[in-house]
Amino acid sequence: MSALNTYILRIADDSLILGQRLSELCGHGPAIEEDIALTNVALDLIGQATSLYEYAAEIQNGGKTSDDLAFLRLEHQYLNTLLVEQPNGDFGMTIVRQWLFDTFRLPFYEALQQSKDAQIAGIAEKALKETRYHWRHSSEWVIRLGDGTEESHYRVQEALNFLYKYVDELFYMDDIDKEMIEKGIGVDLESLRPAFNERLKHVLEASTLSMPAYEWKLKGGRVGRHTEHLGHILTELQYMQRAYPNLQW
Amino acid sequence: MKEVNLTELEAAFQAKIDSEVRIEPKDWMPERYRKTLIRQISQHAHSEIVGMLPEGNWITRAPNLRRKQVLLAKVQDEGGHGQYLYSAMETLGHSRQQSMDDLISGKAKYSSIFNYPTLTWADIGAVGWLVDGAAIMNQVALCRTSYGPYARAMVRICKEESFHQRQGFEIMCVLMKGSEEQRAMAQDAMNRFWWPALMMFGPSDADSTNSEESLKWRIKRHTNDELRQSFIDATVPQAELIGLTIPDKDLKWNEARGHYDYGQIDWNEFKQVVSGHGPCNTERIAARKKAEEDGKWVREAAMAYAEKKKARKAS
Ligand SMILES: [Fe+2]
Ligand SMILES: [Fe+2]
Repeated sequence: MSALNTYILRIADDSLILGQRLSELCGHGPAIEEDIALTNVALDLIGQATSLYEYAAEIQNGGKTSDDLAFLRLEHQYLNTLLVEQPNGDFGMTIVRQWLFDTFRLPFYEALQQSKDAQIAGIAEKALKETRYHWRHSSEWVIRLGDGTEESHYRVQEALNFLYKYVDELFYMDDIDKEMIEKGIGVDLESLRPAFNERLKHVLEASTLSMPAYEWKLKGGRVGRHTEHLGHILTELQYMQRAYPNLQW
Repeated sequence: MKEVNLTELEAAFQAKIDSEVRIEPKDWMPERYRKTLIRQISQHAHSEIVGMLPEGNWITRAPNLRRKQVLLAKVQDEGGHGQYLYSAMETLGHSRQQSMDDLISGKAKYSSIFNYPTLTWADIGAVGWLVDGAAIMNQVALCRTSYGPYARAMVRICKEESFHQRQGFEIMCVLMKGSEEQRAMAQDAMNRFWWPALMMFGPSDADSTNSEESLKWRIKRHTNDELRQSFIDATVPQAELIGLTIPDKDLKWNEARGHYDYGQIDWNEFKQVVSGHGPCNTERIAARKKAEEDGKWVREAAMAYAEKKKARKAS
């Protein structure tokens, strides 16, 4: 598998798995307006994943389709970060997960727009517009919940304390990234940290939440080593394709 | 004196209705007209919201990326329909919270069809095709209903519903062109959803209690049986086109009437489902109740934050 292919799948899998997680909530949101808003985010993410899988399938040139890539890989072949596969939990957990992810995705897509790979740059440009909206939505909620009631403050702080250990993996880089950066295709994630931290700090202050005190981190998703959750996500995601192989739907 | 006024008001109101002038929120209206509308619009809104559940049941298992996106968008549309309808209901002085409470307590009704389970992917096709198809028959007529906000909500909704109906039919077409398993799946969905879809139009005219007044006030424009017949006449040829069998031995074209004759609907089943004893009534209400309860702290926080913000602005 080429570095470019792996690089694309890592981005696509983040979008797909988070989109799948958000899909679980459709029809169960805390208010109709929010149900609709979160479904919108899910739709955008699955749309992004689709464009990326289509491109990956094209460069693999092995007769695989975007659906094959989305639905028919084994668990360790999915390369999403651990953050996006975490369960929805309560609305606080869902929104903090989204906010951390959006806060990363925003500078990431900004930078990826400059990619020398025209297809990737195009996908990033469109996704950036969507992500701006997602980020505004999720950070507004973090502020509202953080500075809302005692209960909501407690709940989002707990969510942040739980999820914070997965944040660092968003910046994970290895030889794949090095090669992509050298070719002018990929983004140096280290360079995004200042913008990420700045945005995080800004929202935390407005929400009266505090940065978790611990420094430890968890990672593994980018190389296919996941939490227990991914297997269950895939069980649902892949059900039809596994039960009825090689059919048109 | 007061009585005379009331009679005059009622006469003026009916005259407006008869000359097709829309009734608007600030206009005088008989209490029973208001009550009937609140009941009907809230029932309709609840149907949209509860209707998200059986279809939502398949979003995470949709068979490919395209279907997943289309289904997400569809279920999202239904949420939007609920939103428009609750807003129309609120113009009659009935709060959304009250209406939600009535849904959860079982006091308010919603379309009986959503108490049936979606067991296979083909059910998503059948629901879009038959259930949205049946809904359209009702809703197209409601675009000209006498209450302005309700009619306007319906116009927006109808455009999306016909899109849903076509997407559902397209799912069925693909299945019928597919493998033996897929065709069997489609036929099974048809077998399970056909009769409940016919029941969506409500009791037959002879047994319908609210019909006459609703027709006089032009809340309704056609009777339940008329709408049911239009649905059958429109749907049977579609089923035949793709090779699906309608599960009704008595179904046949009646040249003289210019309509399809159809078999006896099992009204006992209908009564049972409407009174809370269908296959999924408990699950549907439980899901709505859970969403409502889980969302309580979120809505409270949003309100508290809005208050704080206002206070800060003021000082
Ligand atoms: Fe609808
Ligand atoms: Fe619909």
